[in-house]
Amino acid sequence: MLAPALAYVIVLVGVPFVLAIVLSFSNATAGSLSFGWAGLGNYAAILGDPIFLRALRNSAVVTVGTQLLVVILATAAAQVFRATFRGKRFARFVLLLPWTVPVSLAAIAWTWIFDSTFSVINWTLKASGLLHGWLYWLGDPGLALTAIIIVQAWRIFPFATVIVLAGLASIPQEIVEAAVVDGAGFWRRLFQVELPLLLPVVAVAVLFGVVYTATDLGVVYILTGGGPANTTHVLPTLAFQRGILGADLGQGAAIAVFLLPFLIVVAVAMLRLARRAEVGGAAR
Amino acid sequence: MAGVDIRNLRKQFGDLSAVDGVNLSIREGEFLVLLGPSGCGKTTLLRMIAGLERPTGGEIHIAGERVDGDVPPRARGIAMVFQSYALYPHRTVFQNIAFPLEASRLPRTQIAEKVQRAADMFGISRYLDRYPRQLSGGERQRVALCRALVRDPKVFLLDEPLANLDAKLRNTARDELKRFQRQIRTTTVLVTHDQVEAMGLGDRIAIMDRGKVRQVGTPEEVYEDPVDTFVATFVGQPPMNLLDLGDPALPPRTLLGFRPEHFLPRSVFQPDEDVRAFRFSVRRVEYLGSDRYVYGSISDGAATDTTVIAKLPATIALAIPEGEQQEFAVPRRALRYFDAATGSSRKI
Repeated sequence: MLAPALAYVIVLVGVPFVLAIVLSFSNATAGSLSFGWAGLGNYAAILGDPIFLRALRNSAVVTVGTQLLVVILATAAAQVFRATFRGKRFARFVLLLPWTVPVSLAAIAWTWIFDSTFSVINWTLKASGLLHGWLYWLGDPGLALTAIIIVQAWRIFPFATVIVLAGLASIPQEIVEAAVVDGAGFWRRLFQVELPLLLPVVAVAVLFGVVYTATDLGVVYILTGGGPANTTHVLPTLAFQRGILGADLGQGAAIAVFLLPFLIVVAVAMLRLARRAEVGGAAR
Repeated sequence: MAGVDIRNLRKQFGDLSAVDGVNLSIREGEFLVLLGPSGCGKTTLLRMIAGLERPTGGEIHIAGERVDGDVPPRARGIAMVFQSYALYPHRTVFQNIAFPLEASRLPRTQIAEKVQRAADMFGISRYLDRYPRQLSGGERQRVALCRALVRDPKVFLLDEPLANLDAKLRNTARDELKRFQRQIRTTTVLVTHDQVEAMGLGDRIAIMDRGKVRQVGTPEEVYEDPVDTFVATFVGQPPMNLLDLGDPALPPRTLLGFRPEHFLPRSVFQPDEDVRAFRFSVRRVEYLGSDRYVYGSISDGAATDTTVIAKLPATIALAIPEGEQQEFAVPRRALRYFDAATGSSRKI
């Protein structure tokens, strides 16, 4: 009964995974089927490459920055959606749209939003008097990275909101009421009662968010292509550029492999946190 | 004057009138029990006093101040113990008890003092570093009580606090709760559907049915002089027997009521005692140790085959054979009369 699922995992996940690691130790190219042993040569090459180190840093910055933004947005959105109001169903539908839109379409739209000449953000900020210069979003390394974080957060926070909403619903109402009767105001209730009880749920949402952000190619590739001047590359885009476009499969694989320890560490940390919070705080 | 005054209180949920015009005056220091079946509105009433539910109409006054407008729970001087205790699972016992004090921004040293003193009073000092999931039901209940009282509330509200304890623990918990309330003398309102609990705890009991208060009185008043058939049959285990005899000596449509413990074999009474006798067809006898419940029927006058229950204490050792008829009687002073149409009691 498990055979098809097992076959799927082995063929579509296991094989490429192992192949990537193996390729990283080779000098294979994208054009031929040749395979020569290169030892740690690829790793040495990229570790000495400032562009790679920058991409490594960018991956970390984008992932962490996105999660921070997502947690704040999702918690806020979940609070809004806890109340009942007219048009709530419609609002919920609209909330979920960013999650359902294909990545490339969303990224193209955002490219337009961040456009150097026609950016609607700039226009709005200028019209409201908050902007006095001009923001070259995708042309400035710092701003471009910020733009990437914004798009990633926009894409992911609906999913996180749904998870947080489910988590909030699972907090027994009497506990929240007890906090109200005990005299806790909104913020104390949120930070001292609700969020701690939400920790396992938030940990799951963050884990998914980290995986989706760190492994994302589409947003960065379409928004900046890794530019300006290779300053906004993240590991997936650099791996693609070097491995496929540059035809150096070995190096591409080596870059991609660097994602692995990063993700494993994060996954273990999140699962540990979730289990600890669950054991220490589960309501009986 | 930390009493609670409720005037014409109403709560609608759509078409449903959960609380339908309740007037109640709870005296300072009194232990008042709201008793009634599920859905009678007692918990809704309690939650409106607490401020967790907004009344649709009417007034609530706590310690002389009107609170039903927008006064939040923390400004009402109330403390509440929920049925599930609602302890914060991610905080230790100490942190649970300290929470209301932290919320009122007391300095940390004062908090530690108060928590320690309160914990000593409830006998839970050795649990201060434990988490709720490590405690038994009875211990958790004490933590919940401790957390509620650490702030010296004016009114103490309890929502079925003994419901989650096992039967054996309930008696001792009831005793402790009552003695404790006598000691601290805080005005207390307790909600329960258990009439034994109500009778044992309440200085006065307010019996509710379908959003209305049927009767308020001491346990004796409510038991001996029920104001209608609902109160008569709700309070008392087994419930009061009601018969429609069509007795020409009584006004038409009058129900005759008597409690099972007053319905005894005729031979138990003196021959010249003023009793009302019945021919009782015994169907089944239940032996319960301290009592015997006798189930049977009475055919008398207009009442044909009405099921009646007798409660014989173990001290009456007479044989009650099943399937036979025996003469049973009720002292006339124990008889109660009710209007069959409205259910209200009648004085004959």
